Amino acid sequence: MSTNKIETSTSNIITVENLSKTFGSLKAVDNVSFNIKEGEIFGFLGPNGAGKTTTINMLTTLLKPTSGKAVVCGFSIFKDPNEVRRSVGVVPQEYTADEDMTGINNILLCADLYGMPRKDSKAHAKELLQLVELEDAANRKVSTYSGGMRRRLELACGLINYPKLLFLDEPTLGLDVQTRTAVWKYIKTLKEEFRMTLFLTTHYLEEADSLCDRIGIIDHGHLVKIGSPEELKESVGGDVMVVDVKENEPDISSDIAMIQLVKGVKKQDNVYRIKANDGEEAAPQIIDLIRSKGMHVTRISLTKPTLDEAYLELTGRNLREEEVDKLQMFRQRATMRRARS
Amino acid sequence: MDETSTDTKIATSKDLENQTKTAEQTLAEEEQRFRAAPKLSRSPFHGLWALTNRDLRKWYTNPIQLFVSLIQPIIWLGLFGKALNFGSFIAGSGASVAQQDIILKNFFGTTSYFSFLSCGMLAFIVLFTSAFSGMSVVFDRRFGFLNKALSTPVARGSIVMAKILNSVGRSLIQAAIVLVIAVALGMDTSHFTILGIAGAFLIIFLMAVGLSALFTVLALRSADWQTQMAIINLLNLPLLFASNALFPVKIMPAWLQDVVKVNPVSYAVDGIRQVLIGAIGMNSLWLDFAVVIGFAVILSAIGIVLSWRLLSK
Repeated sequence: MSTNKIETSTSNIITVENLSKTFGSLKAVDNVSFNIKEGEIFGFLGPNGAGKTTTINMLTTLLKPTSGKAVVCGFSIFKDPNEVRRSVGVVPQEYTADEDMTGINNILLCADLYGMPRKDSKAHAKELLQLVELEDAANRKVSTYSGGMRRRLELACGLINYPKLLFLDEPTLGLDVQTRTAVWKYIKTLKEEFRMTLFLTTHYLEEADSLCDRIGIIDHGHLVKIGSPEELKESVGGDVMVVDVKENEPDISSDIAMIQLVKGVKKQDNVYRIKANDGEEAAPQIIDLIRSKGMHVTRISLTKPTLDEAYLELTGRNLREEEVDKLQMFRQRATMRRARS
Repeated sequence: MDETSTDTKIATSKDLENQTKTAEQTLAEEEQRFRAAPKLSRSPFHGLWALTNRDLRKWYTNPIQLFVSLIQPIIWLGLFGKALNFGSFIAGSGASVAQQDIILKNFFGTTSYFSFLSCGMLAFIVLFTSAFSGMSVVFDRRFGFLNKALSTPVARGSIVMAKILNSVGRSLIQAAIVLVIAVALGMDTSHFTILGIAGAFLIIFLMAVGLSALFTVLALRSADWQTQMAIINLLNLPLLFASNALFPVKIMPAWLQDVVKVNPVSYAVDGIRQVLIGAIGMNSLWLDFAVVIGFAVILSAIGIVLSWRLLSK
């Protein structure tokens, strides 16, 4: 009844300030601040136990933060948790659908929990089943569904309340390539056709790279870095070019280093290793320079840095063997098993 | 110079028009694909029936579960109840039939031990059905359904109330079946009245509410079904044996009689016996009703209050 909608001057759909969550002595999320713009796909990337799910659980009002501020869809998660729940959709990591019920009845159950009148929810459930391509299986029990079908059903359940903002926790965990591609397609449709904002967590780097407009890398509860996938890759040091020239030609490393885009040059035998900011643009300039000196390029290759490298550089290369929440691990294993059934 | 700048201006405004058009078109397409969002109910009870029916459905669509849950009371009634023939103890004592009846009435409040036990069995089935009411909370937490429900605007209290109502519904139906079986096996029906049967089921309803609330609250924080099973076993048998469900209070040692008197199950059984078979009660019927009502109200209030605190960390 009391709608204390907070008017934000910017187009941010989520504003998080110094959010923290402590479990006993463990700081699961430590002083995290970030904004999410309306209409973007934002990805949280991080190893197991980094605080991704804890952050999502706080923003979807499942967990009470220890301290900090957060405004989601214009409502404070502290003062108006019910308004936040009405405005957002949540697709949890686990397969939460009731196996003894049919696909459509599961969606209708979710609609009932939102208080949606049956005549509206029935029609909308059909639209959603069509969106996730499950209309043929709508009246089958979920226990007969494959892992991919279950994941798509979870997505449909999360969309039942016409959310402006959708949270997806590890949406493709354990899925086969076909289903993963389909889930990516739905996510893009939601953004492009329905202009929804999506907040997803993942530890698959290629997923973050191909889907997200911006990525936040979180580790040990700290937000290590936020930026577009390109910015993150560039932060590692740019593109690497390997240029082969004919043998016994003089070393012109210092000349190549004069090119503006070039950040570093090394010559070994007849091979130049060049680091540059924008490889595609730097390459022709380098070739021109070498030729203008009367020398010959015999081979050239260009490697773009991957998100993997950026990720490993930011989170360290150590293997993770920390104790994570037992219940969470149980759920994750159950999710993986069911995804493969 | 001026001309070109106006040209560009026109071009931009046209571009803008085009842009707004495409935005409108997309909006139209969106509306075509999805219907307009309806208004959501703000009633505090929305979703309560949906959650209750989700659990009840598992039971009424699975007759095997219903059948298995009835086997235990049938065995108790058919084997235990028939074998423990207190009447024959005294029949060999040489006392006259009238004297035997006085002795039996003194202990059991009625002349038929089987009828005495049948009323206890009605409480037994309610106790054992309610004890498992918390189990589905444990599984809902474990498999994530609980989190999903908590992420919707459904009232936290409704999540707990649905579990309670589910086991109340089961208890009522199972108690009705047990009563029919008991009558078929020879329970005394001479005191049956419509008001009496209604009163008995009101007591069963209230006891089911109280006991289900108790066991649901105990399960609220648990994600571990073994612990929950241990809790059920820890409470179930003492609640049954330290009550008047199986044996009369009068034959118990004094210390046990004191325990029986604080066990709410005893009041429920005592009330059921008075309204159903006209037995001489341990307490007045009003006291029985008052205790059972208080038990149901207090425990369900505790359940709803704790649901706000315990369901989310």
